[in-house]
Amino acid sequence: MQEKYFPDMEIINSDIEDKILNIVNKIDFNKYNKNDVINTLQKDNCSIEDFCALISPAAKELIEPIAKKAKSERERFFGKNVYFFTPLYISNYCENHCVYCGFNCKNNIKRAKLNLEEIENELIAIKKTGLEEILILTGESRKMSDVNYIASAVQLAKKYFKNIGLEIYPLNTDEYNLLHKSGADYITVFQETYDKETYIKNHLKGHKSIYSYRINSQERALKGNMRGVGFGALLGLGDYKKDTLSTALHIYFLQKKYPKGEFAVSVPRLRPTVADSNINPNDVGELELLQIMCAYRIFLPFINMTISTRERADFRNNAVKIAATKISAGVSTGIGEHTNKKEGDNQFEIADPRSVEEIYTTLKNIGMQPVMNEYVWV
Amino acid sequence: MQDKLKIGKYEFNSRFILGSGKFNLELIKSAIENANAEIITMALRRINTETDNILDFIPKNIKILPNTSGARNSDEALRIALIARELSGADMIKIEVIKDSKYLLPDNYETLKAVEKLANEGFIPMPYMYPDLTVARDMKNAGAACIMPLGAPIGTNKGLITKDFIQILIDEIDLPVIVDAGIGRPSQAAQAMEMGAAAVMANTAIATSGDINIMAKAFKLAIEAGRLAYLSKCGATNDFAQASSPLTGFLR
Repeated sequence: MQEKYFPDMEIINSDIEDKILNIVNKIDFNKYNKNDVINTLQKDNCSIEDFCALISPAAKELIEPIAKKAKSERERFFGKNVYFFTPLYISNYCENHCVYCGFNCKNNIKRAKLNLEEIENELIAIKKTGLEEILILTGESRKMSDVNYIASAVQLAKKYFKNIGLEIYPLNTDEYNLLHKSGADYITVFQETYDKETYIKNHLKGHKSIYSYRINSQERALKGNMRGVGFGALLGLGDYKKDTLSTALHIYFLQKKYPKGEFAVSVPRLRPTVADSNINPNDVGELELLQIMCAYRIFLPFINMTISTRERADFRNNAVKIAATKISAGVSTGIGEHTNKKEGDNQFEIADPRSVEEIYTTLKNIGMQPVMNEYVWV
Repeated sequence: MQDKLKIGKYEFNSRFILGSGKFNLELIKSAIENANAEIITMALRRINTETDNILDFIPKNIKILPNTSGARNSDEALRIALIARELSGADMIKIEVIKDSKYLLPDNYETLKAVEKLANEGFIPMPYMYPDLTVARDMKNAGAACIMPLGAPIGTNKGLITKDFIQILIDEIDLPVIVDAGIGRPSQAAQAMEMGAAAVMANTAIATSGDINIMAKAFKLAIEAGRLAYLSKCGATNDFAQASSPLTGFLR
């Protein structure tokens, strides 16, 4: 049944949500055994069924051969390249009530929104670190950070950066097109969890409470001419295996429908926030996280994969050798921190505070090739 | 023996074109030396950076062959080519027009349109294409300086899956045919050269090998061996052994 959309929400009548849920609702991960996993690793092409075997409990003890297979797929598509970027938080006002998030509207945190001059100063400070790709983020408030404000930020960023991504609230097709024309070419929208019941329990208020509008964000962005779209479930919120399968299928079906689009996945685990230091990723340990990353790499070898500062430095160093292709560096999740004028609180606590230079040097030393930009605006 | 590779107005002694997109930059110079390559391809999008610009790692006597990767149609390919010419001065352009992010297979239709547009702008177009005779003929007529069919999907190291179709291009198209993608082993490169390919391009096979310098050299030797075999015309193969006392020797 169609959820009740807010009046300003565009309806695109997509078939993607049904395609995902038809498979995920019937899945039983316990039916896979070690042999299924071994057979999968011997194949050239990984099917949906094979992917399920890779994220099943039976696959955990085969993490070493799984990682080897993932590494060879990673090298085949991306060689030694590791792409660098950093997020720039320009506003943390939010109208949503997501129970696990530091920015949620019920949390009594310090709110802030940078004006254009402050944004430019932050951009200049980040540019000095050598980065050429930037990810602009806002909290999800249409009122406090409207589309025109974001477009202005993008136009400013274009003066200093070669590649601009966005992680903002979901938009309609025409709005994505406006931001594309302003200079942004990539958007990421996290579904958080694909399980509807868990989704509704965790997203109590605001635009984000409408599951279907959110799940169709990437499709609207591709229709709005964005070059690439990013996906992710917040691991630890729902059943991580089901959410991982859903995310993979989301990419798989959209790629079939929009083959020229570029696709990326992130693998954030739940982290403690200012408002709640007890939040944790539940049953998603490092082993499970690496298993998920390798499975994505084997099933969808062509996609970009970001490893977040939510993870510790050593995990990230190894993850980019095996499966991930993108790494954030010199990260702050607060507002105004790049110019040491912190105005607003952080979204979550980070576990890898290393600078761009530190990560650059480490990756060079382990034989990887840091790449600051591999993109040209056409 | 004079045996030069001719592409447009340029001539080369080496028939090994090295790709650059998957390398650790410090290793690229010695890979070029061991490969004895004279042409190296690179994506404009990789030149479009201030840190670790790949151009800084390439010896000056090497011919830069920018490609249009990132282009999804012929107009984008032209725009990328124009920027590439401005940044690197190169007039030889490898045309890549791809609108499939999964298999990275070329779009022959848009590539053909791009050949025409680039030729009109004075470029030496080198189209990467799916081996299709009709399209290859049209590309030649549109001004292509060579034809670059794929041996297998890019990065797969699967070799000459499209062998029979590449042979048709070699036999029918009066331009250098350069096998561009999928070559994973020196033996496959040698086979392409024996068939009469004018050159071979490789990237992944070398960049992801255990020892980049040794693999670059192995490819160089294989390409040279394959070329010599082609020039010397291999003896015909037979399905049956040629017995010295033939079964039908009694016939008068």
